[in-house]
Amino acid sequence: MEIRKTGRSVGRKTHYWNMAFHTANTLFMLALIVVTLYPVLNTIAISFNDGTDALRGGIHVWPRVFSLESYRGVMSDEYVFNAFLISVSRTAIQTVLNLVLTSMLAYTLSRREFILRKFITTIFVLTMYVNAGLIPNYLLISRTLGLGKSFWVYIIPTMLSCFNMIVIRTYILNLPDALVESARIDGAGEIRIFWQIIAPLCLPVLATVALFVAVGAWNSWFDTHLYNAGKPKLHSLQYLLKMKLATTQASTNAAMSSTTALSAKPTSTPITIRAAITVISALPIMLVYPFLQKYFVVGLSIGSVKG
Amino acid sequence: MSLGHRLWQQRQLLVMSVPMLLYILLFSYAPLWGWLTAFMDYKPAKPMFENTWVGLKNFQWLFSRSEFMLAIRNTLMMSIITLVFNTVSAITLAVLLNEMTVRKFKRTVQTVTYLPHFLSWVIVVGLAQNMFATDGIVNQVLLSLGVIQSPLFFLGEGRYFWWLVGLIHVWKESGWNSIIYLSAMSSIDPALYEAAEMDGAGRIRRIWHITLPGIKSTFVVLLVMNIGMLIGGTGEGIFDIPYLMGQNLLMDWSQTIDIFVLKYGISKGQYGRATAAGIFKSVVAIILLFSANRIAKRLDEPTLL
Repeated sequence: MEIRKTGRSVGRKTHYWNMAFHTANTLFMLALIVVTLYPVLNTIAISFNDGTDALRGGIHVWPRVFSLESYRGVMSDEYVFNAFLISVSRTAIQTVLNLVLTSMLAYTLSRREFILRKFITTIFVLTMYVNAGLIPNYLLISRTLGLGKSFWVYIIPTMLSCFNMIVIRTYILNLPDALVESARIDGAGEIRIFWQIIAPLCLPVLATVALFVAVGAWNSWFDTHLYNAGKPKLHSLQYLLKMKLATTQASTNAAMSSTTALSAKPTSTPITIRAAITVISALPIMLVYPFLQKYFVVGLSIGSVKG
Repeated sequence: MSLGHRLWQQRQLLVMSVPMLLYILLFSYAPLWGWLTAFMDYKPAKPMFENTWVGLKNFQWLFSRSEFMLAIRNTLMMSIITLVFNTVSAITLAVLLNEMTVRKFKRTVQTVTYLPHFLSWVIVVGLAQNMFATDGIVNQVLLSLGVIQSPLFFLGEGRYFWWLVGLIHVWKESGWNSIIYLSAMSSIDPALYEAAEMDGAGRIRRIWHITLPGIKSTFVVLLVMNIGMLIGGTGEGIFDIPYLMGQNLLMDWSQTIDIFVLKYGISKGQYGRATAAGIFKSVVAIILLFSANRIAKRLDEPTLL
């Protein structure tokens, strides 16, 4: 009788404790979602709000006076449109080139019989730790190679990435060796084996790496800042946004004073324009990444195995 | 088999890899040549070896400047705060996600918390400036909770700067960083949890004695890697946030070694001095990496190198 009673009360205590834990955990996760999404939703709301009205502040996750004026302004701005094209083209070219070259190299370094395997692998892994630094790289790229003030500075220095190469190589090493062996017996050359047999099997890891490279390319602003700041035709979307960050505050004050006596005409102000550009420059990736989630989770885990 | 024969046999592999080898030698190793400029009074207009050698004068100049000392302090402080914040938040999130039972909800939380990782630093800094402005949501919430009486000037006062950098990192990367810990947790044998439950271990004790030891080796490998980056190796945010968010007013708290290098090297054209600062950074990074690796080895943990 005694034993049973304590047994049951322990069970009930655990049960309550479990309930409390799950409730607290759920509440925490909900709070986390709010904290993560609020800044993003807030910017979207401001971008769809009337400009003059937005100056009053107090907009949270829904526009107060709905207006498409900021988007109309941004879309018809040739400079913004050009920056969008630059960002799209650099992302596309960089991703394709980087993916082809990195995976090709990863394949050769996965072949155990390859003479230069050890040598090339060491040279590549060392680059993760030895970095000449900003100034020597700048001097090489802009002075020695003369890539400054050109579109190619976005492409040429970023054609290979060591970390991604190791991720792909690890993936290939986990594929059965027999695949390559039998293809070789059938007389296929290495390039064909890579292109027709290995590459299709690597699709999950290639999708992950493509996402990494594309996100990096789309989000980069520093190379524009360093090499192409003087050429507005080559400015990327992120760089344009970076310049807006610096100037919005000053122009907002100006807009405040100039729009105080304005009519009911829909307006856009630096705040709403900046919000609209932010939304446009975040949108492509926001639309893509949820679909690639299962790939990059696996890809990251592979990377972690081999450091 | 002769070497020539093997080379001929592997010609396709060579074609696929040697151009990339040359590429990396040019882009990652050739610039090391530029380290020589740290020992020169370097003017880029002249050919390299027509510049005058000055020995260690550039390094002496660096270490006599309090501005550079502050830059070292700021870099280290922001890196350490960020590393601690990031690690604690990622592990906490991973543990809590691991305890969630409703799969759909868990997946939603993951998708949402991965989102900020995909936003650029430019966007994230812009969002942070909105949130932490004097009329921003953070001040509004703190005011309405009665924590503060008047709005705090988060963006304009140096003493908040390092902590803001840490908090912004947490917002952007916790979800992403939790992935690796979650995958380490998924390889823990479920039988361990069942056995512990049978022995009457509660949730907290299961987390403490099974989950956390299960991710220990992942933790150590990441820690060793990150300690090498404390001086600002490749931690992107340690450059981007201070560079985009720091104003002249905050320089004593926000200027990092990289920003110092950029200012003196690119803007002021003092290549020799800036390169010297860069070399100092690389050398410290390597020393940190090897010491962390050695400590991990001594503790019998899996190491990176």
